[in-house]
Amino acid sequence: MNTNTAHAPRLADQRRKEVLRQCLSVGIATGAYGISFGALSVAAGLNIWQTIALSALLFSGASQFAVVGVVAAGGAGAAAVATSSLLGMRNGLYGLQMSRLLKVQGLRRLPAAQLTIDESTAVAIGQPELAAQRLGFWGTGIAVYVLWNLSTILGAVVGDALGNPKRYGLDAAAPAAFCALLWPRLKSGDTRAVAAVAAVIALVVAPHAPAGVPVLVAALAAIVAGLLPSVGSRVPHDLDEPSTAPEEKPPI
Amino acid sequence: MTPWTTVLLASGLAFALKFLGYVVPHQVLDGVIVSRVTAMLPVALLSALVAVQTFTATGGALTVDARAAGLAVAVTALLLRAPFLVVVILAAATTASLRALGWG
Repeated sequence: MNTNTAHAPRLADQRRKEVLRQCLSVGIATGAYGISFGALSVAAGLNIWQTIALSALLFSGASQFAVVGVVAAGGAGAAAVATSSLLGMRNGLYGLQMSRLLKVQGLRRLPAAQLTIDESTAVAIGQPELAAQRLGFWGTGIAVYVLWNLSTILGAVVGDALGNPKRYGLDAAAPAAFCALLWPRLKSGDTRAVAAVAAVIALVVAPHAPAGVPVLVAALAAIVAGLLPSVGSRVPHDLDEPSTAPEEKPPI
Repeated sequence: MTPWTTVLLASGLAFALKFLGYVVPHQVLDGVIVSRVTAMLPVALLSALVAVQTFTATGGALTVDARAAGLAVAVTALLLRAPFLVVVILAAATTASLRALGWG
């Protein structure tokens, strides 16, 4: 094994602060949605402890909303579990990629796995250098975990008395953050094509599938693009091996 | 299935799926095609997340509301090389302001 990939060089303080700011802003934007989850879950008929257990143990927003949605609609427990697990499959995909970046062994794989969600993966892969990718994963994972769970409790206890997170535009903050993470990756025609196709697929699928499924289906665009030799051969070098991407990439 | 069974079973399976990614041997990812796919995956996932979180309502119906304006401002800010936090705050502020004015 190449020791350069096992031990990432330390980040400069400035860069470290930059990454941590991203972690925190994604954590706050996402965590705020825990309030609506908590309120919705209690309204659906789960008690406060079951609501808290979902955020602490399941910890994957789309799956949690799916469980609560099926329960609220009077659906069977089996249907709730199946929908939740179908959505959770994408975390397995993220885990495949994160395990390669994080190189975690033994028991550390347990917290790493639990924190493997959309947001932690997105912030990690949005970083150009390995040390920042790792910091981005752990920082965002922990920030989202803490804030998501605290706000779930808050939402479950005081319901929607706190107000709608939409009032603060937080539902636009999350896509803006993802857009900023995507931005530096759109340099080649191939990545722009994949991004466009993925967005279109997701929007076409969205009205006909439960939350979370459209993003999973859109991932097929990446798989097809990777399999096509004409596309794959033009993938720029820095995208072939994200963990060794050149550092001159402009920071986000 | 009692509510507790549903909650714990869904949680257990969710963790198992996450953990699977960490125990599958790394050699699985070493092929050329697999590395191309994993390089394109974040682009597709991020783009799909942006699209879904901006242009769909609860239940998945397509919609254009104040979030779209927030995203447009975010893209403009990115074109002007604004820092990450500024992009995010501008998007949220734009969306919140439009809603306060009664649109979207």
